[in-house]
Formats: sequence, structure tokens, C-alpha cells
Amino acid sequence: MASIFQGIGAATAISSSTSFDSKKLIFSAPRFHLEKKGSFLVVRSDGKMSNGISGRAEKLVTNAVAAKADAPAASTTSKSGHELLLFEALREGLEEEMDRDPRVCVMGEDVGHYGGSYKVTKGLAPKFGDLRVLDTPIAENSFTGMGIGAAMTGLRPVIEGMNMGFLLLAFNQISNNCGMLHYTSGGQFTIPVVIRGPGGVGRQLGAEHSQRLESYFQSIPGIQMVACSTPYNAKGLMKAAIRSENPVILFEHVLLYNLKEKIPDEEYICNLEEAEMVRPGEHVTILTYSRMRYHVMQAAKTLVNKGYDPEVIDIRSLKPFDLHTIGNSVKKTHRVLIVEECMRTGGIGASLTAAINENFQDYLDAPIVCLSSQDVPTPYAGTLEEYTIVQPAQIVTAVEQLCQ
Amino acid sequence: MALLRRSPHLLKPLTPPPPAASALSLRHAFSSDTTPITVETSIPFTGHNCEPPSRSVETSAKELMTFFTDMATMRRMEIAADSLYKAKLIRGFCHLYDGQEAVAIGMEAGITRKDCIITAYRDHCIYYCRGGTLLGTFAELMGRKDGCSNGKGGSMHFYKPNNGFYGGHGIVGAQVPLGVGLAFAQKYNKEDHVSFALYGDGAANQGQLFEALNMAALWDLPAIFICENNHYGMGTAEWRAAKSPSYYKRGDYVPGLKVDGMDALAVKQACMYAKEHALKNGPLILEMDTYRYHGHSMSDPGSTYRTRDEVSGVRQERDPIERVRKLLLAHDIATEKELKDIEKEKRKEVDDAIAKAKESPMPDPSELYTNVYVKGYGVEACGADRKGVKAVLP
Repeated sequence: MASIFQGIGAATAISSSTSFDSKKLIFSAPRFHLEKKGSFLVVRSDGKMSNGISGRAEKLVTNAVAAKADAPAASTTSKSGHELLLFEALREGLEEEMDRDPRVCVMGEDVGHYGGSYKVTKGLAPKFGDLRVLDTPIAENSFTGMGIGAAMTGLRPVIEGMNMGFLLLAFNQISNNCGMLHYTSGGQFTIPVVIRGPGGVGRQLGAEHSQRLESYFQSIPGIQMVACSTPYNAKGLMKAAIRSENPVILFEHVLLYNLKEKIPDEEYICNLEEAEMVRPGEHVTILTYSRMRYHVMQAAKTLVNKGYDPEVIDIRSLKPFDLHTIGNSVKKTHRVLIVEECMRTGGIGASLTAAINENFQDYLDAPIVCLSSQDVPTPYAGTLEEYTIVQPAQIVTAVEQLCQ
Repeated sequence: MALLRRSPHLLKPLTPPPPAASALSLRHAFSSDTTPITVETSIPFTGHNCEPPSRSVETSAKELMTFFTDMATMRRMEIAADSLYKAKLIRGFCHLYDGQEAVAIGMEAGITRKDCIITAYRDHCIYYCRGGTLLGTFAELMGRKDGCSNGKGGSMHFYKPNNGFYGGHGIVGAQVPLGVGLAFAQKYNKEDHVSFALYGDGAANQGQLFEALNMAALWDLPAIFICENNHYGMGTAEWRAAKSPSYYKRGDYVPGLKVDGMDALAVKQACMYAKEHALKNGPLILEMDTYRYHGHSMSDPGSTYRTRDEVSGVRQERDPIERVRKLLLAHDIATEKELKDIEKEKRKEVDDAIAKAKESPMPDPSELYTNVYVKGYGVEACGADRKGVKAVLP
């Protein structure tokens, strides 16, 4: 589904925006480092933006975009990449961080000897030992609490929920202790945990195993949420999340684990708070994350054939939203479509709609359209399951309506 | 209660003190005396799956004086908090520890500052014993800037990380897995220290406790679970909430010890024993049989579910400060008057701290947004009227 070609033919692909050919779709590999010098942007409620430090912010934006100018440079530096699957990319990121910092440890059900139910932690236990890659009993509430307690003393646990839905059992620990301890202690503790796990609607896994917890966690103050969608950003976000001093929840998707992509050999980190420009465009901004990115890209193919030029942004950072990238895009296209897998009520899309409406209302030519999953428990039957989530055909229809 | 007499030659000070300062210097001479005194605990320990420690505890004049002084301060501190609450200077929830001081001070005496303690919301005195200041306590209770959590935590969120005190948690039972996490980190870092996770008889029925116990026992973590059994989970007596109120036995495969929680020396002995045990054999449960004079919190009168006679009965028979006072008098470490002077001095200290705390300003409005995230990692904050939206990218 997502075979990516690096750097070749970048210039030609971008210039011919009307004839869209998937083979020439470029996902170049910009390199980020988490430790940036402080540059900030103040976004006022009327949507006008001013640079806190002029010049620096511009550079940031260029790097964030699948840069047209950058592509030739990227091709020379990362021509020798290596191809791997998303779960391998996660593992690579995790292993590199564990090699780098002895305080990083993993805990979760079946992460050690079994190698992880989705093989993300395969091979780590023999390498790092049973204490560093800890097989826990089935007790989400308390092993999440245990991870948070360990983080209070300085360890950096990566807590895995075998399925995101199971983390509902640990909600108290995540909300009260993980999110709030830094605040209620007046800054005396940092909780550098990473809570990760697969969520989302899979292949007929049933209602309880197809949950999207982004909506429940999004209002917890003090945590950051990111969603990975490609092997590149999976590894980058994993590394960034581990290095972050804040608690980070990394949302993976059950159906994306076998995506293949070539990623750079050299070390890189993705910025936790930045969105990814997947496909620059002019007519409409499509905001999406996780698996829906691929449904959007599929719809984009159809849309381009029909003559539309959608700008696709993978928001990646679910909390806080990258209003900078999103704002720039809205200023350009004036139309927004949000495509998400979260529930309609109180989901990420709902919050994003509110945030964009408040901040960029002057720039919108049409009301924001948000396509989300239906407010139903995910049924088992295959056809019904398909109806619960957004399909590419619906995205095409929505863009056509929006661009009238 | 067989109290052994010290040798008589220590009764007289070495040099005759000047008459005016006689009381003070007498106290000073003895309060720094570290000659061991052996005292027997009020009742023997009861063990579950383990050999209970001996009833004879070694202490010293200095230690007993510290016990008295600190417990008097803590008692004063809690009573003062009661008045401040009634004067509406402390708001919200205020859970007072008076009656249970022996647990805090005994535990402190038996361990080091590198050992970790974590408790629930009845944390003022444990914070104090772990090196907290009176000013920090009262300022935090009143929500002022000089509070130990900058006024943002409140009564239930006191912490002292550099002295191994990890709080201060509002949700019943949630601190126990955190405590196991502390022990996990100690094992991970190969430290020779232990973690004490305190909880009450109410929290003893939480599932996460047993989950945490299982994990601690499975991996031999140096975690010690202390159940401060004050016999009431807010308004529910222990026999109405627990099928088996022998909390020290509830670990089943984890050994347990029942301790008289009103006897500071028994607590000290138990904690020393527990530390030794945990470093070798993994977790242990200590049940401290204690009592709180106040209600569950300041909104609970404490008299609807227990009789006043019961409360005053415990106060007369088992009060921890009285016990230490009797010990001090019996061993001639201090006179009645000296002890009263100490109490007065501590009362003054507490009053001074309160006065200073009252002067401390409220936190700045900008403090609303600080410490939500660790600085520099992408904070998004906005004002209540949505006018001050900021997007900060690192």
C-alpha cells in the first residue's frame, strides 16, 4: 500500500500537479532533531500569526513539508536507506533508545519472551534482559501505575497496552497520576513515560477490540498524544516520545503494522508536535491521521483524476494540534475536510473543528466538514464494519460537495 | 509493660548547671544522649507466614526526645489546620492525621531518606517527617505561593522528592501501584533501598492493591505495603467493608505483620524488620493498628459512625504522645515541665509558621499554565476567554 520512493523525479512530479501518478509520489525524508532552539509563533484568536523569532519559524515550516526544494538534498543523503515494516521501525526506534539510555525500559503483557503480540518488542528481551523488557501479569491498572511510579524516580518506561482498549482499565492512572503529577507537585516530578499500543478498527476484531481511545484521552491535561502512520514517522515518533520529558501516548493502528517503507540509515527523530504535509495542494485541506491517511490518499488519486488538488496533512500530533501547519494550509485553501477514524461525538475531529473554527474563522470559505466513524460499537460482520468507518468514496463525495 | 531502668549514674548532669537555665540544660544534656535504652513494645507483634521481630526495641534518650518533639509538632500542626479550615482559610478536603503520628515518626526512625515513602491523601505529617517545613505545609494548605507544591496541589498533594517522599495522592489505592513502581526502580537501579507504600483499611479492598502485590511478589521487588488501619473507611467500619479485616493476612503468600500503630517504637522495630526482609525476600505487609481522632476529613464530624466514648477511650489509653511522655518521665530523660515547655515552643513555632504562611501571596495567574508540560516541549495554552491562544513549537 505505501511503497515510497525517495527523491527521484521530485521536481517533475510536483510541477505536473494535474497529472497525478502514484509512482511519482514523493515522500522525502526530512531530518528533524527534537532539541531545537526555542522558536515560537503566537496565533491569535483572529487567526493572524506573527513570528516570535523571525526567520527561524520559516525554516521550521520548510522542513516540515515534504519539501520540494529539499528533495534533491534528501536523495543524496538518504539514498542508502533500508526497507522495513512499520512494526520493525517501531522496534528499531525502541531498540536504539534502549541502547542509548539505560533508563529506558519496556513493560507490558507478553512483550518479553513472546516478543510482543504485534512483534514490536521481538528480540528485545533476550538482548536487554527480563527486567528491562518486563512481562507483566494482566493488570493494566497497576502495571501502568507501576510504570508511572518508576518514572517518578527517573526511569523512562515504555508501557504497552496490548490493545489500546485495555488501557481503559488504567484510565485513572493515566489521567490522575500520569497527566497531573507534574502540575500538582508544582513541577517537582516529571513523568517521562510512553504509553503505546495498537488501536483502531481492525479486521473484524469485534467491538471491544476496535476502540479508538484518542477521544477519551484528549482532554487529560499534561499528556501529549501522537499517532503514527508510516514506518518513517513511527520510528521518529517513538524516539521522540521516549526522549520527551512529558508523558506521551503513542497511538498505533492494528492494520498499519505491515506497511513497508524505506527509511534512512542515519538517526532521526520526528517532532512530536508537528503535522506532516503528505501532499501539498490548492483546493481543499484534508486533515487526517493514522489509517485514514491511506483512505484519504486513495481518494486523492480519484480526486486528482477529477481535477481537484487536495492538500493532505497528516496531523500526527493529536494533542496539542499543530495549528501552525494547519493554519497555513487553511489560509491557502480556505476549505477544510477532516477525515478521522475516531467517533463522531467528542472525537479528535470534533476538537479540531472547534480549534480551527475559533482560530481561522476568517479564512474559511465554507463550514468545516468532518468525516468520522459512526457512533456505534464496531460490529463483527465485515460489511457492517466497513460502514462504520470512513471509506474513500465518501471522502471524494465530501470534497466534491465542499468545493462547489 | 516492663521498663528497664537505666544505670543511676546518668541521672545527674555532669556539671552542676546554673539555676536559671537548669531546666533547659538538663534537657539538652539528655536529649543528645544516645546511650541505648531498651523498651518493650506495648503488645507483641503478630506474624503471618513470618517470624515476628522481638518485642524489645532499642532506642535512646535522644530518639525518644525527637519522637516527643516531632509528634507534638505534628499534633499541633493538625489541630491548627483544623482551626484554619473552620476559619475557611483552608478549603476543599483536609484529612487530618492526629492520633496516627506514631506511624509517621516510627517509620522515619527505622529507615533512611533514600528509602521511598508514598501515601494517600493523609499526608501532612509524613511530609513533615520527611523533611517538610511548617511554612511549606500551611502555605500549601492555604493555596499560597510558598506552599510545597506552589499552591497548586493542595492538602492531598504534598511531595518531597529529594527526601524520598512521593506524595500525596487523592484517589484511594492508586498510590500503591506507584509505590511498586518506586520499588521497581530501586531494583532496576540495584539500590539497597526499599519503598513503603501506605494505604488505609478502606483502600485495602482495592483490586489494584492485589495486582500490585502480585507483581511485587513475582519479581521480588523491595516493596513494603503498610496498611494504616484506623478501622474506618470514612464512615464505614472495617467489619462492614471487609470480609477479612486482618489486613496483614490478606497477602496470602506475602508475609505480614500486625503492629500496634500507636506505639512509635513498635512501628520503628517493624519498619526496620520489614526493610531487612524486603531486601532479601521481597514484599511484606505491615498492618499498623492505629486510630484517627478527627473524622475522615474536615467535612466529616467523625461522630456519626462511632461513639465519643470510643474516641476518648483511645485517646486516654493509647495516645502515642502520651506513651512517649510516660517513657520520658519514667526514664528521667525530662521533667513534666520541660515537656510542657517543648509543647509550648512547638505551638509557637506552628503559630509563627501560620502567620508567615498567611502573608504569603496567592500564586500568579500565569501559574495556571506552568508545569502542565515540562518546559520547552510544545505547550499549548489558552485563556479562559479564548483570547490568548498560543501555539508553541520547540
